[in-house]
Parts: sequence; structure tokens; C-alpha cells
Amino acid sequence: MNDLKILKQGAEAKLYICKYLGKSTLIKERFQKRYRHPDLDKSITKERIRNEARSIVRCKTADVKTPALYLVDFQRRRIYMQHFEHSITVKDYIIQHATKNAEITQNLDEICKMIGITVRKLHENNIIHGDLTTSNMLLVPKNLNNETTEEKCLEKERFDLVMIDFGLSFIDSSTEDKGVDLYVLERALISTHNDYPDLFSKILDAYKNHSKNNIKEILSKFEEVRARGRKRTMVG
Amino acid sequence: MVIAIGFEGSANKLGVGIVRDGEILANCRRTYITPPGEGFLPRETAEHHQQNIHEVLQEALDQSGLSPQQIDVVCYTKGPGMGAPLMVCAIVARTCAKLWNKPILGVNHCVGHIEMGRLITKANNPTVLYVSGGNTQVIAYSRQRYRIFGETIDIAVGNCLDRFARVLKLSNAPSPGYNIEQAAKKGIKYLQLPYCVKGMDVSFSGILSYMEDKIEELLKEYTPEDLCYSLQETLFAMLVEITERAMAHCGSDEVLIVGGVGCNERLQEMMGVMCAERGAKVFATDERFCIDNGVMIAYAGALAHESGTRMEFKDATITQRYRTDDVLVTWRND
Ligand SMILES: Nc1ncnc2c1ncn2[C@@H]1O[C@H](COP(=O)(O)OP(=O)(O)O)[C@@H](O)[C@H]1O
Ligand SMILES: [Mg+2]
Repeated sequence: MNDLKILKQGAEAKLYICKYLGKSTLIKERFQKRYRHPDLDKSITKERIRNEARSIVRCKTADVKTPALYLVDFQRRRIYMQHFEHSITVKDYIIQHATKNAEITQNLDEICKMIGITVRKLHENNIIHGDLTTSNMLLVPKNLNNETTEEKCLEKERFDLVMIDFGLSFIDSSTEDKGVDLYVLERALISTHNDYPDLFSKILDAYKNHSKNNIKEILSKFEEVRARGRKRTMVG
Repeated sequence: MVIAIGFEGSANKLGVGIVRDGEILANCRRTYITPPGEGFLPRETAEHHQQNIHEVLQEALDQSGLSPQQIDVVCYTKGPGMGAPLMVCAIVARTCAKLWNKPILGVNHCVGHIEMGRLITKANNPTVLYVSGGNTQVIAYSRQRYRIFGETIDIAVGNCLDRFARVLKLSNAPSPGYNIEQAAKKGIKYLQLPYCVKGMDVSFSGILSYMEDKIEELLKEYTPEDLCYSLQETLFAMLVEITERAMAHCGSDEVLIVGGVGCNERLQEMMGVMCAERGAKVFATDERFCIDNGVMIAYAGALAHESGTRMEFKDATITQRYRTDDVLVTWRND
């Protein structure tokens, strides 16, 4: 547990890998942000750690795959969770692997469908993710063994979609928050994957088809949030 | 070599600037200042611009030492902004273009800020935080467009600051934001305010209405300086957070702050600390270039003109809504 190897610095945390109880573990440490007031920093950090842990647990009942939660250490501002050694973010997958190649395009369709269904499951359980971007979704190969490489699994549609980064998540049953969640996702896709303009509509189709419950209300809220964005006059 | 003149008047600043190949030959400006407690309205602002634009234009020409014949292209702010004030500049720009027999080019105000910032700071391919009275956006360049990764989902950060300055009846000279910044320096007691970040987006309206609703009560326990300090700390922490999120998402290690709120030194300082914590670099400019000006319009127009963008005279109109990502960035192909 002492030899921590830094994996990367994310959007708000430093990520280390280690062995914890014999398992490959990822430590997400929300280190002190010195740019903000210490009181604000403390309360934000505590809230984010709590949100992340709570939502990971709740995802179990929602049948949404997340890293398993091992330990929460508020004192050291850390969450210990399962580390997927063989994983790639959806963002990197799209950028690195996606070409005009037909098989890959099919794969992308499959990924969009999985994203749509997964987000729908979250919302059906009133989990608002709060930061739906392709950086916060992992593709993890199923039944990885010695013969098959990561690449092979990703090609053959044998992968799971794992949702991560629940720091900005919260529990809410309102349609407004679900609409905003979808809006955040749409905007992230438009800006990040501008070479694939139809990703979001495919995701939204799967989102709609997975369950009809409240769907009209959610979609009209989504449209409303979107329209607000477009109408905003920008002066100065 | 392109010599461009730029007219800017999308809000309460009126500016005329002249550039030659990235060299600033003139940067002249007037600001319409309203009494304490009052914001600027379109009609009065347009009147202000109308009354001053000829003088500012003459001043800019004198400062540059050029004659109108030496100018290659007449640029003006096409939008976004307030309709009536935009129109004043567009009309004068059109008149000049006809009179001097030069091509005309409408420029996106936000793109003007970005290119001005890149010119002054030499930032190469930064994540851009664009913060002003009407805009709050986190922008990154990709495939010939400035893409918006994050933005406010309600009011702009500058609007939030200005309206709070009105609540406190602070002076609008030289700008309400400047006076909040000065007051904040004397603040001691920190009040925790609502904090609202949604992914790479932010929302400020909740904070403002919280302050507005509770102001009487708050002033019993906190000085106006304390409140300015607390407000700034909260708003800027949100801005730095979404900027950092966009940087992580895009794998970027440069930040450029532009727009009127961008000359706030506390914001620059906070951004600097965040960048240091992740081995990145922050770039910012001072009030001469951060605050709306004519040079940014001239310079962005010159870049577009040089790379072949042309506008027909009949299209030299204005538009109140004009998104940053609507512009095809013909002068970059990285
Ligand atoms: N459980 C995990 N297994 C493998 N990689 C992970 C895991 N969790 C996060 N990552 C990687 O680390 C990055 C940052 O993690 P994230 O939880 O999103 O933190 P942040 O809030 O700082 O963005 C992710 O985009 C992903 O690449
Ligand atoms: Mg993340």
C-alpha cells in the first residue's frame, strides 16, 4: 500500500494505482486545490467523495456497471476502487480506433446503444451523473484471457460499458435534472467528437427505446434546456 | 501585408482599432457609464456610440498616422451583442467602406477576443476561458472551429458581478467589475454561497438570487467588502474548475483567459495556481486588450481577410446571436 504509482491527473483528482487486499486498485485522491478558499475546498471535496461513493453503490441496484468500491478515506480525501487495467475511455476509443472502417462503425453504433441504455438506467433510478462525457465512460473487454488481446475484444463487441467519475452526481427524481444531464452529454459529444455528428441521436434513440416511463416529460425538458441555450443573447 | 481597421460596439464600450500584420497602430475607446444602480440599455448605449464614433475614428486614424487609402479592409462586429449599438458601428463601417472603396468584413466578437489574446500572449493552442458581461464559455480549437466545451446555462459571470454591484450601489466607473475587485481585496469574512457546476457547464443565477434575496440580512453580519470577496471566490472557483475539467478532457496544458472579466487579477491568480498544480501554463492580458476594443475586431478580420474570407456588401449586417462555433476558422489548419 505504500508504493503508489501515479497513473494520471484527471479533471479534479490524482489517480494512483496500487495493490489493496491483493487486488489491482485505483486510488482517486481529491487533493487540496489551493486556488480556492479552504472552506469551499473542504466542503466540495467531502461532498464529491460522498456523491461518488453513494452513486457507485446505487448503480448496483440500477444494473449499471461501475468500478467496485473498496474503501473511502475522508481524512486523506481518497476513494479506493477497482482498477480496470485493460480499459480504454470511450473518448480515446473513438479518437484512436474509429476510422471509416465498416466494422468499427458498427462497433460505434453498439457503443452508442450501450451508452443510451446505461444513461436511461441511471435516470430510471434517479441517479443524475452530472458529468456525462466520453472521458467518464470506460470500455472493458469481457473474459480477457491470454490469447485474446484487448484490441481483439473491442473489435468483436465483447466489452462492457463501465461508468466512472460520479463526483458531480446526485439523486433526484425531477425531469429537469435528467434533461440537463442529457444536454451536458450532447454538448460534450458535439465539441469532442465533431467528426461524428450522429453519435448523440443514436444514444438518444436507445435512451428512448429502453423504457417509455416518463420519456415525454424528460425529452420536453431536454428540449427546453436546449432552447434556453440557443436563445441566450450574448452581450459584451 | 494587411492593414485593417476594426469597429466594436456590441455593448457599452465603443472602440476603433487599426492593425498592420499583428502590430497595433491604434487602439481608441470610449465607455458609456451609467449611474450607480443602473445597467446600460440598448437605446441609450446606441446613442452614446453615435455621439462618439466620429471622434474615436478620427483619433484612431491620427494615432496610426495612416490615411484611409492605406487601409486594406474595414472590419466591424457582426455579433453577438445588443442590436442597436451593433448597428451604429455597422453603419459607420459600411459608410467608410463605400467612401474609401474598400472591402468590408463582419467579425464574430468572441473570435475577436480569442485571436487578440493569442496575439498578445503568444499562447499557441490554449483552452480558452472567455468571460465577459454577456458570455461565459470554455473553448478549445478543433478542426477549423472554436468549439464550446462548457458554458453558463443561465447568466454570464460578468452579468452576475455587474448586477451584484448594482445591489450594493457600487459605482459603474470605470466598470462595476473593477469596483467589486477592489472591494473584494478588503474582504475578510468568507460566506459560503451556493456552488453550481454541471460537468463543464456552470450556473450563476442561483447565487445571484440568493444574494439579492438575503442582502438586508447578510449586511448585518458581513461588510459589503466581505460579500464582494465571497462572491468572487465562489464564481471564480467555479470557472477555474470547469476550465480544468475541459483541459483534462482535451489533454491541454495551456489556458488563455479573455473577455472583460479576464483582467480580474484574482481570477488570473487562481487560474495560475490551478495550472501550477497540473504543470500547465496560464496566459492573460490586461485591460487594454481584455476589455472590448476595436483592435481585436481589426486583427481577427485581418486574419480572415488574409486567408481568403470575403463578405459581400449586402451581407454586411448584424446579428444579436452569433455563436463562437458558427465561424469557420479559415486562418488555422492545425
Ligand atoms: N476504475 C478505473 N479503471 C481504469 N481507469 C480509470 C478508472 N477510473 C478512472 N480511470 C481513468 O482515469 C481518468 C480520470 O478518472 P475520473 O474518475 O474521471 O477522475 P476525474 O474526476 O479527475 O476526471 C478516467 O478518464 C480514466 O481514464
Ligand atoms: Mg473524469
